[in-house]
Amino acid sequence: MSDGSNAFGRSHAGGPLTRWVTDWGSAVVDGVTMVGDISLFAWQMFRWLFTRLPRRGTILVNFYQVGVLSLPVVALTGTFIGMVLAVNSYYQFHAIGLENRLGVVINTSLVRELGPVLAATMLAGRVGSAMAAVLGTMRVTEQIDALTTMGADPIHYLVVPRFLACILLIPALTIMADFMGIVGGYFYSVVILGIDHAAYLNHSRDGVVGFDLFSGIFKSFFFGGVIAIVSCYRGFHCEAGAEGVGKAATAAFVYSFVLILAIDLFMNIVLDAVYFKFYSDGTSLL
Amino acid sequence: MSTAMLEPDHQIVEPDAEELIRCDNIGVTFEHQTILQDIDVSILRGQTIAVIGESGCGKTVFMKTIVGLVAPTTGWVSFDGRRLSDMSLVELTQTRKRFGFVFQNAALFDSMSIFENIAFPLRQNETVSDGDVRDRVMQLLSEVGLPSEVARKYPAELSGGMRKRVGLARALILRPELVVYDEPTTGLDPIMSDVINELILETRRRYPVTSIVVTHDMHTARKVADRVLMFFPRNRLAPQESQILFDGSPSDLEHAEDRRVRQFVRGEAGERLREISLESED
Repeated sequence: MSDGSNAFGRSHAGGPLTRWVTDWGSAVVDGVTMVGDISLFAWQMFRWLFTRLPRRGTILVNFYQVGVLSLPVVALTGTFIGMVLAVNSYYQFHAIGLENRLGVVINTSLVRELGPVLAATMLAGRVGSAMAAVLGTMRVTEQIDALTTMGADPIHYLVVPRFLACILLIPALTIMADFMGIVGGYFYSVVILGIDHAAYLNHSRDGVVGFDLFSGIFKSFFFGGVIAIVSCYRGFHCEAGAEGVGKAATAAFVYSFVLILAIDLFMNIVLDAVYFKFYSDGTSLL
Repeated sequence: MSTAMLEPDHQIVEPDAEELIRCDNIGVTFEHQTILQDIDVSILRGQTIAVIGESGCGKTVFMKTIVGLVAPTTGWVSFDGRRLSDMSLVELTQTRKRFGFVFQNAALFDSMSIFENIAFPLRQNETVSDGDVRDRVMQLLSEVGLPSEVARKYPAELSGGMRKRVGLARALILRPELVVYDEPTTGLDPIMSDVINELILETRRRYPVTSIVVTHDMHTARKVADRVLMFFPRNRLAPQESQILFDGSPSDLEHAEDRRVRQFVRGEAGERLREISLESED
């Protein structure tokens, strides 16, 4: 802090070490406070979710914005990712004479990792930032206060529909990203690179198990929840002015993206442990 | 809306009117900065109070504390004999239906039409048929002097004065007992400011409301209020001084004992200019 005071309002006139410790202390306190704030925010949201749902009209608008309007961009990026994977993997596989097995790599990568993470990233960028910007503008222009004065709980009215839309529609977007990625990968591998159609499909079918598909879709629920909560929280706690709204939108994407990757890592470890515990004998869920 | 000019009626409150709002020793602190301290105010049913004071003196925070948008750090606010801090969330929500709040920039919902904006509190809080909603919305649009075609428009299509009138219509749709106006004439031309003043008076005559008007505009304060409170920034007061420098009739403002009140009313910078220079040097 430029005025020489820390988060507690006390001045720190000591030496560089004291200032360093004080600044780090303030940063830790601020971080812990934010985590506590987000937890309380999420708790209030879940309380409404399980006691009273918003009206159908309010929910449907959000479903349309999150699901329907995200579909083209998720499908397009999914297709390109499938083709990019084919381009990048082909020469290595061709060099060792395994180009017929390209489908295993492309499709496993897509359904386990790239499909869900890509759909979540697109959702965080397209929908999460927009949520933070809209709610931030509502905060700055006192529309959220107006809701409160009119007897409507802002978390119930604004956050619950967005959370439901994200958590329920991201699996559908993930399936779309998976499907279009598989189509894109197949198209580039078979039509452009000339890999044998039957071999490509046979190896794909043998290499991708149902648990891969399940784990990708299962993870996406958590990604959707994180995007909605973080983005709405940033919007609700937006600083004043146009710059505040811009910062809220940027922070919503950055925090969501980092958390998506952290959750992805954690869930991969857990899901792998589950897989090797119960399905390592080759049993498939599907 | 009636086009007849309405004279301010400073005798509208009965001497034995009951207390609607009581602020006991309220204080509000944001991030180590004291905005309000030791505020004791009692507001009678039917009164129209103008809260005046320079920017940053805590007028808006005081108003938001009264309607429960800001929780006081110390003390409490009572509405109709019940402390807001003792109410559950459900009770507070029920109580808020008795408030109407007209925001400085109207705070209309951008994504909704004017009709939907005005109807929102009604649909949110009461079970009414679509026909009744339509009748109430159209009646209120007419009362605030707006044509029915406005109902189909969106907030971005309206001028500032029209948005404020829509904000007033929305605040009145639940027939509140308390209407709070935050800077109702700020940013409007003199004619439109006077239209809003007339609407405040008209509202008071039409409905049995208690009104709190936060304003910088001395013309508004004199015209609509039967009591004026003047706040002063806490950080520029001596420790034992009250933050409310004036509490009385608008007609007594010019002759207030406190020099700072007289200066504010006359719009004189006085020693404030020197203080600002010193602050900028610091």
